[in-house]
Amino acid sequence: MTSLTELRKRDETHRSYTVGAVADRTGDFGSFEELAMPHFAKLYNFAHWLTQDRAAAEDLVQETYMKALRGFSSFQQGTNFRAWMYKILRNTFLTTKAGLKVSVSLDSDGDDRPAEPAVTETPESVLLSRAEIETIQNALEKLPVKFREIILLCDLEEMSYQEIGQTLGIPIGTVMSRLSRARKAMRELLAANLQGAS
Amino acid sequence: MTCDPWRDKLDAYVDGDTSQGEIAGMSEHLRTCPSCAADALSRLRMKRMTQAAAAARYSPSPEFRLRMEKSLQKSARTNPKPGWAFAWMPRLVAVAALVLIVASVFWTRHSAREQALAELLDLHVATMASANPVDVISTDRHTVKPWFQGKLPFTFNLPELQNSPFKLVGGRVMYFKHTAGAQLLFNLRNHQMSVFVLQDQAGLIPFDSGITATREMAFNSETWSEGGLRYVVIGDASASDIRELSELLRAAARSG
Repeated sequence: MTSLTELRKRDETHRSYTVGAVADRTGDFGSFEELAMPHFAKLYNFAHWLTQDRAAAEDLVQETYMKALRGFSSFQQGTNFRAWMYKILRNTFLTTKAGLKVSVSLDSDGDDRPAEPAVTETPESVLLSRAEIETIQNALEKLPVKFREIILLCDLEEMSYQEIGQTLGIPIGTVMSRLSRARKAMRELLAANLQGAS
Repeated sequence: MTCDPWRDKLDAYVDGDTSQGEIAGMSEHLRTCPSCAADALSRLRMKRMTQAAAAARYSPSPEFRLRMEKSLQKSARTNPKPGWAFAWMPRLVAVAALVLIVASVFWTRHSAREQALAELLDLHVATMASANPVDVISTDRHTVKPWFQGKLPFTFNLPELQNSPFKLVGGRVMYFKHTAGAQLLFNLRNHQMSVFVLQDQAGLIPFDSGITATREMAFNSETWSEGGLRYVVIGDASASDIRELSELLRAAARSG
C-alpha cells in the first residue's frame, strides 16, 4: 500500500510542476495567446462548474479572454498569470445573472469564524470504497458556489493557498477556514447521499 | 496525547501548504497517532477523488476552441497592444530600412510573398472553421494521393507516417491565384496543419527556391520548391514540428 508521505509527495511534485510551468511561461512573457490558450480547457471546465450551463460557460470564457486580452498590457511580468486569469473569470462570473445570485452570500456567512471540529467519523472513509465518480460530481454540483469554487481551485487546479487568496481576493486565513467549511459541507452531502442510498 | 492542534492542520498538510517548520512535527505525530494518520489518508483520498471527479468533467467543444482562437487573432490584429507593438517594432524598422536601401523591385517581391502567405494562411483558417474541412477523408496516403488523379495537372508523393507523431486527415482541391492545387490536412496531437502543394510557376508564389520558415500571427510556416512543385506547410504547431513534417514531405518527394 502506498504510504501517506509518498502520496503527499506525489501531489506536491505535481503541483510544483504546474506552478513552475506557469512561472516559466510568464517569465518569457510571450504573446497573450501563447500564455492563455494552454489554460483554455481548464478555464472552461471551471466556468462550466460555476455556471452549470454550456452556453453560459462559453460566454463566460469568451468574455474572460477578451477582458484579459484588453488588460494584458497592464499585466505585470512575474505575477501569477494563471491566478490572474481565474480571477478575471470569477469576477466576470459574479457580474452575470447567475453570479449575482451567489455574490450576496459570499461575504456574509462567518468565514472568519473558526471551523467547527472535524467529524471524527468521516463518511468518506466509509463511502470511498464504493463511491462512484458521479456521487462526488453530484455532491459538488449541490455545494454552494462559494464552497464549490474553493474546492475546485484547491483540489482540481492544485493552487496554493496564496494563489487561491489572489484569485478570490481573500486573505490566506479566510482561504483556510472557507476550505475547511467547504470540505465539511462536502462530507455532509456525501453522508446524506450514503444514507439515502442505503 | 492531544490531537487537536494537529487535526486542525491536517487540511493544510494534505494540501501541501504546511510551513517548513511544522512538517517535521506533523510527520512525527502521524507516525505515532493512527487516528490522525487515518484521517489524513482519508482526506488525501477525498482530495484525489474530487480531483478525478471534477477534472475534465466538462470539455470545450472543438468549435468553441476554434472560435476563441479566431477571436483572439482578430482582436490582436485590430487592437495591437503596446507590448505587442514593441515586439513588432524591430521587424517594422527592418522592413523600413529595406525599403530605403533595397531596390523597389525587391520590395515588390517581398510584399507579394507576404501577401501569398497571408492568403494561404486565410485558406488554412477557413478550412479549420469549415464543417467539412476535407473532400477526401482518409488516414491512408494510398487513398488520398489517387483521389487527386484527374483533378490536378500534377502528382506528388505523401510520406509514410506510421512511425511519426503526425496523422493524415485528408485532402481537398484548392485554388490559389486561379490555379488548382492540393491542400492536405495533418494532425499532430491537438494541432492541425495544412500542406499546400502547387505548381511552382513563375510569379505564382514569389519565394526563393531554398527553404523559408516564417512566423505570422502565431502560425508557423515553411515553404520550399522541389521537382517543379511549391510546398507550403502552415499550422499552429511549433516551428520544430512544422520543420519535422516538412522534412518528411521532402523525403517522400525525393523517394518518388
